[in-house]
Amino acid sequence: MKPKFLIGGAVILVALGYMIWAGVTQSAVYFVTPSELQAAPVPGKAYRLGGLVARGTVRWDPSTLDLTFSVSDGKTTVPVRHRGSPPDLFGEGRGAVVEGQWRPEGYFNATHIMAKHSEEYKAPHDTKEVPSKRLIETLDRSGR
Amino acid sequence: MIPEIGTGALLVALALAVYGAVVAAVGGRRGRPALVESAQHAAVGVFALLTAAVLLLVYAFLTFDFSVRYVANNTSLGTPFYYRITSLWGALEGSIVLWAWMLGLYTLIVVLRHRTSARELYPWVLTVMLSIMGFFLLVMTVAAPVFARLAPVPADGRGLNPLLEDSGMITHPVALYLGFTGFTVPFAFAMAALVTGRVGDFWITTTRRWTIVAWYFLSLGLLIGGWWSYHVLGWGGYWAWDPVENAAFMPWLTATALLHSVMIQERRRMLRLWNVTLVVLTFSLTLFGTFLTRSGVIASVHAFSQGSIGIFFLSFLALVVLLALGLIAWRWDALGAQGELDSVVSRESAFLLNNVLLVAAAFTVFFGTVFPLLSEAARDVKVSVGAPFFNRVNIPLFLSLMFLMGVGPLIAWRRASVDNLKRNFLGPVLVGIGAAAVLRVLGIGSVLVLVSLGLTVFVAATIAVDLVRATQARRAMGERALPALAGLLRRHNRRYGGFIVHLAVLVVAVGVTGSQTWSVHTETTLKRGEQTELGGYRIRFDGLRESQESNHGKVTGTFTVLNGRAAGTVLEPAKKFYPQQQSPIAYVDYRLGLIDDVYLVLGDFAGDGTSATVKFQVNRMVSWIWIGGLVLTLGTLLAVLPEPRRKAA
Repeated sequence: MKPKFLIGGAVILVALGYMIWAGVTQSAVYFVTPSELQAAPVPGKAYRLGGLVARGTVRWDPSTLDLTFSVSDGKTTVPVRHRGSPPDLFGEGRGAVVEGQWRPEGYFNATHIMAKHSEEYKAPHDTKEVPSKRLIETLDRSGR
Repeated sequence: MIPEIGTGALLVALALAVYGAVVAAVGGRRGRPALVESAQHAAVGVFALLTAAVLLLVYAFLTFDFSVRYVANNTSLGTPFYYRITSLWGALEGSIVLWAWMLGLYTLIVVLRHRTSARELYPWVLTVMLSIMGFFLLVMTVAAPVFARLAPVPADGRGLNPLLEDSGMITHPVALYLGFTGFTVPFAFAMAALVTGRVGDFWITTTRRWTIVAWYFLSLGLLIGGWWSYHVLGWGGYWAWDPVENAAFMPWLTATALLHSVMIQERRRMLRLWNVTLVVLTFSLTLFGTFLTRSGVIASVHAFSQGSIGIFFLSFLALVVLLALGLIAWRWDALGAQGELDSVVSRESAFLLNNVLLVAAAFTVFFGTVFPLLSEAARDVKVSVGAPFFNRVNIPLFLSLMFLMGVGPLIAWRRASVDNLKRNFLGPVLVGIGAAAVLRVLGIGSVLVLVSLGLTVFVAATIAVDLVRATQARRAMGERALPALAGLLRRHNRRYGGFIVHLAVLVVAVGVTGSQTWSVHTETTLKRGEQTELGGYRIRFDGLRESQESNHGKVTGTFTVLNGRAAGTVLEPAKKFYPQQQSPIAYVDYRLGLIDDVYLVLGDFAGDGTSATVKFQVNRMVSWIWIGGLVLTLGTLLAVLPEPRRKAA
């Protein structure tokens, strides 16, 4: 192999490594539960917060498109605000995963609301025991 | 009784596959044609049994045999006829049946086509294909038994997932699986070449067409998947870098690399080791994709949550990779390169760089997809990287690849002279820069868009230069323009098929660039009779109505487009309420256009029908992506035509 090719390959490798490193640091999204978020919220950091939509907290105003609710893991609740209709699978007492940022004003600003779409159905009554860790890992595209 | 027959058929098929794999190997090693022939019969038998199993399963679906758990879980009395058939691959167990059936079909075609033409390799090809088949049959009978009974027998089934009641669902998995399983053939040939030590160019020229076909179906599967996502999921996009999409995209990238590097081996006898590695990598990635989507290791839209199947696939994947690497190590010396790269400015280099970039792209996609697992293992925090990561890293790679797409086919082999470069590229480069300049003047400010569209024009111009020059050469021999062009396409079908596929990629690239740049969306609540405007389109909300379909209730909103090219179009996005589901499912309505798609999703609505919230999108140039799929089909068809016999000069 001629040195020219080796140098070329090295340049490509370094560039690729840099792109991956920069990409990861700039687009990392942290998966957290409500308790974890409340323990140490960092404004401006991208989070994916998972839990159950607390009963009696959903307010939806069609005229302003303001949707507010709280996400709970049984220990802590986090107030969430979102602009846009509630997605299809969204509802009180059900699991939800919201993506967005923590605001210093004291609420979570959700840009996406996600819920699980499965190709196979789960029994519809198992929502009480949804572990939030597991929920966070689930997502769908209805919120995009 | 039917399910027991089905299970029986699968068990016999498993025994036959194992028998065939062993006997073919023994026959190949000892040079006993009778044994190979016996294995061949076993392969045909496996296919027949699998076909019977598929038919039995279809029968169970059509007759609503809810005593079969898989049927009960994936269909209901209200499921329309076609979807009762496609329910077959609506979930895990059935999709593996479909997969295995296709593998059986490919094995059958290999038997028919290659039993005499590839005598030395053939027994080992059979061994490899039947072994892989054996693995899938093992999964089907042990880990995910598709004919398992359900007791007590329910009165009605749970029904197919409403999202899958769509025409895209009929074709998308079929195309995708034809692509995935198709790579088994080149893999089997590669393994056979390693085992027999015939690592020359025979196996790669023999499987060239197979690779193209598998690549084509995989491309089609990806595009149809995008179409399904676009018109069913209702978020207005076609690609989300979802783990499952990535799972199909990674082997596509490595297979694309393979399609190109094969040419270098054919022409220059180089890259033997690299090509074998690419085949192994591509095949492993198809297995990895199945593992990813079927194990629930990484959550995604498509993921099924069955646990034990993951371990099966992971073990098999590990076995395949280890065996393949072992064989490669064993034949290391024979795989050594024969040709040498002469110059950095040459076709070989362009193709090599293309390969490096494609594999790099596959690696970044892999890295991003498994990143949550890596971060959890390393730091115990779950961190994911989403679309921004994939876009940021891949856009420069893809733009570079587009540039190479213009350079590769025209640059000279071995060493390109300044003259060669000037002759081929001066015009296209100027045209590309000119196009970007014109677009800049027209008001396009984004550098990325200018680069992307400028490159598109550059590549298109290189293809035009080549076509015009070659046609002129034939005209100089006295042919007229059109027959000259047709003769050219036919005679060099592989080259020009490739060019048409490149054009298809350009068309898709324009669609992606345009839709990512110029699409607009809004969300608003309208009272009946009220209007709203977006991107030059005004729509009016005319009211809601309720209806009852065969297996769901439906609330339909009526919206009229008032102006522009779509004036007068009535769009009826709806929400469907399936009794077995807690939540409604949005049903998107849209008007597709060459430039603009008007795209509506019904959100929340007032119970009395006086107002409704609607997501209103004007998506730009998305149709180009689907058109690209058609062009791709044409190009592939041309490329796989049998090469015409050359007349003796």
